[in-house]
Amino acid sequence: MDTRESWYGGPDSGKHPREESAVIDLGTLDDDDSSTGGSEGFTRKSPPGSQYGDEEKSTGEFVGSSAANLVWLAGKQQAQKAFNLYGNIDILRPYFDVEPKDVIDRLIHSFIPQKVTGTPQKVFGELYGPLMVIFTLVAIILMGMKSSGHVVREGTLMGTAFGVCFGYWIFASCLIFMLAYVCNTHITLLQVLSLTGYSLSSHCIVLFVTTVLHSTESHYLFYLLWLSVGGMAVLKMVTVYVSRTSGKSQKLMLAGLVVSLHLFFMLYLHFAYHNVAEVPGVVKEPVIHHPVVPDRLERDIQLDSKLSNSANDAVQEVIRKVAPKHVEAVDEIEAVHPNVVVPDSDAVRDAAVVNDDNPVQDALKDTISNIDNAQLNAPIDKLVDQVKENDA
Amino acid sequence: MTDLALEHPIEGDITVPGAPDDESDELSTLDEPVVITVKRDLKAVGIKFFHVLWPKQSKTLLREWDLWGPLILCILLGMMLQGSSADDNSDGGPQFAEVFVIVTGGAIIVTLNSQLLGGTISFFQSVCVLGYCVLPLNVALIVCRLVLLAPEQTTALFVIRFAIVFVGFVWSTFASMAFLADSQPINRKALAVYPICLFYFIIGWMILSHTHS
Repeated sequence: MDTRESWYGGPDSGKHPREESAVIDLGTLDDDDSSTGGSEGFTRKSPPGSQYGDEEKSTGEFVGSSAANLVWLAGKQQAQKAFNLYGNIDILRPYFDVEPKDVIDRLIHSFIPQKVTGTPQKVFGELYGPLMVIFTLVAIILMGMKSSGHVVREGTLMGTAFGVCFGYWIFASCLIFMLAYVCNTHITLLQVLSLTGYSLSSHCIVLFVTTVLHSTESHYLFYLLWLSVGGMAVLKMVTVYVSRTSGKSQKLMLAGLVVSLHLFFMLYLHFAYHNVAEVPGVVKEPVIHHPVVPDRLERDIQLDSKLSNSANDAVQEVIRKVAPKHVEAVDEIEAVHPNVVVPDSDAVRDAAVVNDDNPVQDALKDTISNIDNAQLNAPIDKLVDQVKENDA
Repeated sequence: MTDLALEHPIEGDITVPGAPDDESDELSTLDEPVVITVKRDLKAVGIKFFHVLWPKQSKTLLREWDLWGPLILCILLGMMLQGSSADDNSDGGPQFAEVFVIVTGGAIIVTLNSQLLGGTISFFQSVCVLGYCVLPLNVALIVCRLVLLAPEQTTALFVIRFAIVFVGFVWSTFASMAFLADSQPINRKALAVYPICLFYFIIGWMILSHTHS
């Protein structure tokens, strides 16, 4: 006992050098010949003439290594226990005990609502189907994001897709389960997870079809599918929940929550990650506002008017600088473009007077050469002609 | 007894009974020159690549699994799918990490799924097989990059790239099925094969949609 106390470096460690030797009583050692520091249990001072000097050195090493070994084994045991408790995938095995035809059946029946009768509708609680549906949804979202050039600033496309899908599955299931618990619905969390997971197959179908068949009219197709496919899936869920709940207001609340979550998520997935429908006619490129409009399309009229306004601003700026010399022209121009403002500064007038060659025409030509837009040259040419007439 | 229980906690056998016992070689390889070690490992990786490209019923990938091949293939895939810095900022750094995470994370998820469905092979064996079976898709990627060198990308070239990637996808799936399917119960093979298909489909899609030079 004394030897152990001294090994741990008690206050008496320095006083009894003879007792500060081995932690483990090796039996064959002579304690009289050993001396060691209290907390430095492994250092040995071999006394002169000691025949056990080398043995004690190796004893110290042995003691150290065996102590380390003990610590290692104890730590390993703890880690093993923790791993077996929390990391054991056998906990999840019962939820993956399905056959392929069961999964296909459940997928198909997730779109077929059953009539609500007095008896609660059967719900299978399993995790394989929902997980595979979610991975498929992740793949489809990735496809949609890549094909529409969606840019994620912080993070990766993959992280976003995973986060959104798994987050919705778990969050929506928990929310529905909480309300179901409050409304006294006879359903377990596993069944809710299973139902929500299978209902995401409607999202897969709708998003896949709209990604593949995207066009300028894709919103109509999307809305049609949203109502039909999404509607059938949500109706199936609603009938299950309604059949397992008693009380009209509780049924209504639960149905409302389920419908809103399901349909709004589909809307979100389409509009957040599918940019092609938002910018018609432009694929894989952001809209760049510059005056190059090679093909005039009806839907670009707004763009054209924006461009003509900016060109007008440039022309007006030019006219503003030399306006006092050609006040009539400005008046005429003002009549055509009511936004022109005639400045009163003398400097501008002087500058306009000094220049004998036609600055307005030159400035207009400069502006024309800078604006590479055939559609806007016509009004500018008209302006130039008006100015020429005024000069004449 | 406790030590023995601690030393053998995992299920499944990495070694197949009757396999050559090479424990005696392990000790002696510590002293050999590095060149010989590298050569031996490269040869082992090469043999496994051959088995993937010519899949037949063989236990080589399962018996002597290693993760060198999957690492090499994953890095190659990530490097080649990396966009250049001149592109918009969705390409560049995250692309490599994205590929790495998809391949490693996907392999782990598929392995866990196989085990939960009642598979009889161990975790690292499965990850090894899935990683090695990315080789056909890597080859498809290299061929696609060569196709992308053409000055003008026409629809015909896109169809060619699609066909190449599709062949790579089918080859990868078929190769992994040849190694992994036996470890699943017969009636549940489809359940194990679907996530493998999805995994290689995502990789194939990333290869096909990569059009930057």
